[in-house]
Amino acid sequence: MSEARAQGPLRRAARRVGIRLLSALPALFGVLVFTFILMRVLPGDPAVFFAAGAAGGQAEIEMVRQQMGLDRPLPEQLLRYLWDVARGELGMSMTTGQPVRTDLLERLPASLELTFAALLLALGLALPLGVLAALRPGSPVDHLVRFLCTLGVCVPTFVSGLLLVYVFYYLLAWAPDPTGRLDVFAATPPGITGFLLVDFALVRDWEGWRAAAAQIVLPASTMALFVLAPLARMTRASMLAVLGSEFIRTARSLGLSGRRVVLVYALRNALIPVLTISGIVFSTMLGANVLVEKVFSWPGVASYALDALLASDYAPVQGFVLLMAAIFVAVNLLVDLLYGVADPRASVA
Amino acid sequence: MSEPLLSVENLHVRFATRGGEVHAVRGVSLHLAAGETLGVVGESGSGKSVTAYAITHLLDRAGRIAEGRILFAGRDITRAGRHELRELRGAAISMVFQNPRAALNPIRRVGEQIGDALRAHTGLTRRAARERALELLEAVRIRDAAARLDAYPHELSGGMCQRVMIAMAIACAPRLLIADEPTTGLDVTTQKTVMDLLSGLIAERGMAMMLITHDLGLAAQYCRRVAVMEQGRVVEEGPTAALFRAPRHPYTRRLVAASPTRHSTVADLVGEAPAPAAPPPAPRRGQGPLLEVQGLRRSFGRVLAVDDVSFRLAPGESLGLVGESGSGKTTLSRMICRLLDASAGRILFDGEDIGAIPASRFHRAPQRRDIQIVFQDPNDSLNPRFTAFQAIAHPLRRLEGMGEGPALRARVEAAARRCGLPLDLLARFPHQLSGGQKARVGIARAIATRPRLLVLDEPTAALDVSVQAVVLKLLDDLRRQDGMAYLFVSHDLNVVRMMCERTIVLRLGRIEEEGPSDALFAAPRSAYARELLDAIPHFAPERREATA
Amino acid sequence: MSASTLRHAGYVLRGNPVTALAAAGALALLFVAVFADWLAPHDPVASNVANALRPPSAAHWAGTDQLGRDILSRLIHAARIDLAIAFAAVSLSFLLGAVIGAVCGYLGGMTDRVVGRVVDVLMAFPLFVLAMALVAALGNHVQNIVIATAFINLPFYIRFARAEVNVRRNLGWVEAARASGEPHLSLVLRFLLPNVLPAMAVQISLNLGWAILNAAGLSFIGLGITPPTPEWGIMVAEGARFITAGHWWLVAFPGLALMLSVLCFNLLGDGLRDILDPRMRT
Repeated sequence: MSEARAQGPLRRAARRVGIRLLSALPALFGVLVFTFILMRVLPGDPAVFFAAGAAGGQAEIEMVRQQMGLDRPLPEQLLRYLWDVARGELGMSMTTGQPVRTDLLERLPASLELTFAALLLALGLALPLGVLAALRPGSPVDHLVRFLCTLGVCVPTFVSGLLLVYVFYYLLAWAPDPTGRLDVFAATPPGITGFLLVDFALVRDWEGWRAAAAQIVLPASTMALFVLAPLARMTRASMLAVLGSEFIRTARSLGLSGRRVVLVYALRNALIPVLTISGIVFSTMLGANVLVEKVFSWPGVASYALDALLASDYAPVQGFVLLMAAIFVAVNLLVDLLYGVADPRASVA
Repeated sequence: MSEPLLSVENLHVRFATRGGEVHAVRGVSLHLAAGETLGVVGESGSGKSVTAYAITHLLDRAGRIAEGRILFAGRDITRAGRHELRELRGAAISMVFQNPRAALNPIRRVGEQIGDALRAHTGLTRRAARERALELLEAVRIRDAAARLDAYPHELSGGMCQRVMIAMAIACAPRLLIADEPTTGLDVTTQKTVMDLLSGLIAERGMAMMLITHDLGLAAQYCRRVAVMEQGRVVEEGPTAALFRAPRHPYTRRLVAASPTRHSTVADLVGEAPAPAAPPPAPRRGQGPLLEVQGLRRSFGRVLAVDDVSFRLAPGESLGLVGESGSGKTTLSRMICRLLDASAGRILFDGEDIGAIPASRFHRAPQRRDIQIVFQDPNDSLNPRFTAFQAIAHPLRRLEGMGEGPALRARVEAAARRCGLPLDLLARFPHQLSGGQKARVGIARAIATRPRLLVLDEPTAALDVSVQAVVLKLLDDLRRQDGMAYLFVSHDLNVVRMMCERTIVLRLGRIEEEGPSDALFAAPRSAYARELLDAIPHFAPERREATA
Repeated sequence: MSASTLRHAGYVLRGNPVTALAAAGALALLFVAVFADWLAPHDPVASNVANALRPPSAAHWAGTDQLGRDILSRLIHAARIDLAIAFAAVSLSFLLGAVIGAVCGYLGGMTDRVVGRVVDVLMAFPLFVLAMALVAALGNHVQNIVIATAFINLPFYIRFARAEVNVRRNLGWVEAARASGEPHLSLVLRFLLPNVLPAMAVQISLNLGWAILNAAGLSFIGLGITPPTPEWGIMVAEGARFITAGHWWLVAFPGLALMLSVLCFNLLGDGLRDILDPRMRT
């Protein structure tokens, strides 16, 4: 036992992450195969599509097919595909005429900025609301939170986004034109991180920062509203459960101050389940990105993939799905790492 | 007793529930002098724990003190405010709880938790609190205390967690310690060490203790005075020895009678003579034991739960399996009733190796109806969607292929009647039955197919003593009349001694000692069996001295 | 049993007006979906450009869209297709998921661990993206929306049934049933599943709402159902272009329809938990 402690939390966490990485490999491989199959069974022969662009005949189609390696046996195609992905070679987008990797990397910061802004907003609201509701069950705050939780999961993001646009852009004119990350006439900051809010702050362009912030408020709120409900509900439920548990009674029986009981004993324990679902919440948000980016013409990876999908240009779709898978693995690793730090009971097994 | 430390006067506690208000404590009065030890005993629902929580204002939201006064050191604390309570709790009155592992914060090091308790009432610095915590861990005799300071509760055993809890409770030298079932769920040997430690610390520091327990022996052994509670009232109170020697209230008398002691018989528990035994089953010529177990082993992963166990069981015989947690007794019983496969060894039933039939296919074996089992917790041993009738009828339908009809009804009713279950209860669902009634349904189901071997897995562990007494009597009578063989698994040595002709003591998956119950209990040969026997608390002091 | 269930349901509904309201709402929704042809005041696809983009009025309670079609009639007809997709998808995933999950939970062992791991991974994956990719791969048809929605619901049922069966499989009454000679498959199907159902009913109800949102989301981005078929997601998508011009009713009414139907199923789910739990009966 003392040996295990001597190992230290860092080493334990490192082991956890290592094991998780290993166990994520089959999942990643599954996604790869899935995208490969997706690529094969998608309706419409890509060669036909590609060649038709040049109004070519049968011979031309055959040539394109050979170029793309579509005439080889499937296992070989899969191996080539894996090799390509391993090198970050995701193919060309027919609609933009650029490598998919370039397109994705260019648009990824927009999506991530939106998602992180929304997550911060949602957590900033959900945690205090959930805790307050749990501390005073049956109070007006509790009723309000429960009402919000019930309603929040019922409104689809594409409806709440449009309604926000109607109220804050059309009626009140508080928000700018809900298209894109920045007004078309505004100067873009130098691309340091790709996150506009960060870049503007780095070059101390506060006017630009405000403009970017004004653009992101509505889409981020839309997405935050969507995940607010599950987060607040979870916070409330886990806080209630912890407050009713025996060790809280112990702490009270020893005369610990109310604040200490709530903050040190109850809250820390209650946040553990919230942490574990925040990985799933983040995933949900990645999915919701598709809808929100479409509503707000947000130039992110999801709207890029969607446009490609509707144009039967599937290399971007496949690249997008792979990217999502990679982000998803990374986020789950992070959650796991935090969980291992937060809960000493978490074992490697 | 001029100025009592604690006075509870005419306390009433009510709970608001879905089904209306429940009057849990109805006019309880208790007094405790400084340095005194008081045991509060009672069965579930007697209001003993509620009384304790009312004193420290730890009732859950639904409960409230409706009437009465609580005085501590002359001060009225019945309506104490938040601030006053904070001063009181931990510093003047502290508590030790049941289920020590759950009572500690799972994600905080025990040293920090003890430090929290200290710093709640003193201005100690973090470092000073840590040093003091170390002294406290040493005071509760935790080995390697310095290393344990940084342990989390899940890294400690249940007994150690309870010591940590005790360390926290005495940290600020309170004058009164309320211990609520402090050893329930702990093994009997651990119980003894924890209770010895607790009472030693109390005496050493001149503290008063209120011990809430369902175990008369525990109260008798560790308390000078005892109060007996029933249905929210104190029915009798007095010095321990006198109270147990000559209980005055009928309930106390029943309770004392129903508690198994080193010398009681099943008949003593309920005060009825045993049912006349049926003529013993005609010994079938040329046949050996009903059950023979040879070299049985079972491992779970790297852990060897049952290690090379062999024994025999004659037709109609009753064999007890005793042991503490981790002894492998439950695993062994599951293997014998073919719900679990053995890793190695043979199980011969009537000379046939039923161990060769995989547990997953045993439901089709002809021996299935001959080997039945009674489970531990009556609450989860009945399908919540089956009525009592359906529960008892199930093995008859499956194992005897009986269809719906008067024949089935007659068999079910016969089994119910044999188990003393009123027939009008047969239409009820489990949640509409009491614990004792559920236990009867479970037994009726097990005997419905008239098995030759009944495996009883702690059949009374979850029951109150008065219910346990009746159920034990029922089981004893059934065996006498039907000539079934029993494999009786229990952690309670007294129960096994009364119920079984022979006893096997298990420890860490191995047989520690085996022999006729009377001889084994009178003069155990192995040190472990002696330790087990010595750890049982008794409430008959004169007898204890006689045997000591 | 069923009579007592009904009586209990009545008792619970009287004590829970919200659940009663949700149940009534869900029934009304079903009614509207089934009798859409009789209830809709206008032809849902008949366009009348002269009468386009009119706000709600006595003639058109929910206004008209960019082609002058009656929005209310389109809403009513859309209820049918949206509910049909949701019911089909949820039944499919429930039937498959409950059985797979229960069997895995009962058997335990290697298969169970592998299935559990796969399910965990699937659940944490961005499910809407998965649904998108599936529809893209399988083809842009209504039945593929059903399949995609069913597929992304499946892990929830598997995990749920698995966990619920797992905590029960070593309980006394399950072992007693084995000791009474109950075969394994029937033990899972006739003993364990019925006990898991109340908890799953809640899941079903919640998932119905989720399935509706999912299907509407897919058609909002242009997958699955194609215009001019009336469908809530498409209606929102078509109205989106006009929101910045202040034509709110094109989005608000289909949005409201979506919200109310999801709300009904969610509230019903919470209520069902009380009704189906026999322990709450007195």
